[in-house]
Amino acid sequence: MNAETVISSRNLTKKFGSFTAVDNISFEVQRGEIFGFLGANGAGKTTAMKMFCGLLQPTSGTGFVAGYDIYKESEKIKQRIGYMSQKFSLYEDLTVNENIQFYAGIYGLDRKRIQRKQEELTEKLQLGEYRNKLISALPLGWKQKLAFSVAVVHDPDIVFLDEPTGGVDPVTRRQFWDLIYESADAGVTVFVTTHYMDEAEYCNRISMMVDGRIEAIGSTDLLKEKYKVNSMNEVFLILARNY
Amino acid sequence: MKRFIAFVKKEVYHITRDFRTMLILFGMPVAQILLFGFAITNEIRDANIAILDNAKDHVSEKLTHKLLSTGYFKLDSYLQSTDEMESTFKKGKIKMVIIFNKQFGEDLTKRHSADLQIIADASDPNTANTLINYVQSIVRDFVVDLNRGFTAGVRIEPEIRFRYNQNLKGVFLFVPGLITIILMLVTAMMTSISLTREKELGTMEVLLASPMKPIQIIIAKVLPYIFLAFLISMIVLLLGYFVFGVPIKGSLALLLFELLLFVLTTLSLGILISTVAKTQLVALMMSVMGLLLPTIILSGFIFPIENMPMILQWISNIIPAKWFIIIVKDIMLKGSGIEMVWKETLIIAGFAFGFIMLSIRKFNVRLG
Repeated sequence: MNAETVISSRNLTKKFGSFTAVDNISFEVQRGEIFGFLGANGAGKTTAMKMFCGLLQPTSGTGFVAGYDIYKESEKIKQRIGYMSQKFSLYEDLTVNENIQFYAGIYGLDRKRIQRKQEELTEKLQLGEYRNKLISALPLGWKQKLAFSVAVVHDPDIVFLDEPTGGVDPVTRRQFWDLIYESADAGVTVFVTTHYMDEAEYCNRISMMVDGRIEAIGSTDLLKEKYKVNSMNEVFLILARNY
Repeated sequence: MKRFIAFVKKEVYHITRDFRTMLILFGMPVAQILLFGFAITNEIRDANIAILDNAKDHVSEKLTHKLLSTGYFKLDSYLQSTDEMESTFKKGKIKMVIIFNKQFGEDLTKRHSADLQIIADASDPNTANTLINYVQSIVRDFVVDLNRGFTAGVRIEPEIRFRYNQNLKGVFLFVPGLITIILMLVTAMMTSISLTREKELGTMEVLLASPMKPIQIIIAKVLPYIFLAFLISMIVLLLGYFVFGVPIKGSLALLLFELLLFVLTTLSLGILISTVAKTQLVALMMSVMGLLLPTIILSGFIFPIENMPMILQWISNIIPAKWFIIIVKDIMLKGSGIEMVWKETLIIAGFAFGFIMLSIRKFNVRLG
């Protein structure tokens, strides 16, 4: 594992009883990369991600996040990562400011930094007039952007995004990816699961999961070349059918 | 610690912004205690009665005076003949007629026995029964007074006194019961709902992926509810004390300690429910059907445990609230100290310990 590798796994497996959700996956992610974790629903993306976030214990294999062992050092890992779940994870009955305060608070940011973050975020997302409004008053697209910003409010090394763009229109999705690029430029490694194949094009590298296994890994250009097709959609169809 | 405070603050926002729930939580106990205290009572005061005094001697007058001076009865009218009885009853103004026989006093002095007829309106059997019991005990008292000075034979007069609640006020029992129900409601039900809400919203995962430890999350979530439970219990105690005169004879510190012990039990029950329930609605149903209903029925709050079939009496032992109600009653009404309630306290402590262990294990299993 070289200095630039921030996520690595070797033969990582998770079984629920007799069902193998994640089957012997091995890969590495470099610092500052946007790594797409693709696959159909139920392919094991979320389960794999949860193991890296310390939400699930693996059954076998090894894994390291930010240099820490996912078996024994999940507490340290949690300090260095951000996580955004499929459901946006903002509190509807709290205001924009209070949500930022809360998430910054549970990551142990001091008051000055929290205040600075609030200024920064509302400025960046143009939420000025909404800062003291309840989240429930916000349109979906803004909720989502805010949820992402909140997930990186403590400047983590890695941010895990679990199907972050579900249910929003293409324009908002594009804006959302601008935010992701911005974070990646600032050195944050982005690990994102999705089942939108067009989003794969936004990633530096992707891995394609089918039935718990990684069937293909590499940059999208490399994969398209390898399977001699024009889009990631076709790559996906070939891999899913081949199996 | 800073994280913890941030978390508690968020929880307080949740609670205080949910105005409707707050209204229910604070309004319900107040409404209930007022209802139980004023409306639901076994005691009857100022029942209207009529008297048909055929004797009109000084003994009958004395007895009449004694009856009316107790406060239980109010004289509606003196009847002149038995014919008037029916119509007066039918007007619905009186509950009872007392008829003195002719020569009531004379009979007493000469024959050492006299007849007194009591006719009660039994369309409400409970009231009729209660009123008759009142009259009987008053008359018995009266006879004892008359006999004073005579030493004719040996007799045993049972003198009944109701201790710890001399006037048999229903509200004395309802205050401890109500506190129990409210504690269950606030702690078990509210926490199970608020924990499942985080699950439903997907925020629980985010919290678990943060550096907050699961145990910290749980404690931070339940802490405001513990405070709320104490606050509402205090309101019920104060209302009971100032409005109905329900005493707190024992030590308040001991009462609060027992309260805390019971709250720990119900909180862990709430956490337990939240580990099983997937949605808030399921959590609500489980708390109501699985916790609240058995508690109300089997804890002795409404139905006396002594009157239940053996099997239910046996089951009632596993209802923590049963023991808690016993403790609260003993402390408040009898002024018992820990030496009197240590057994019940130990049982509740056992429940608390067991459920806390179980809920922590369940909560962790869910993560793994």
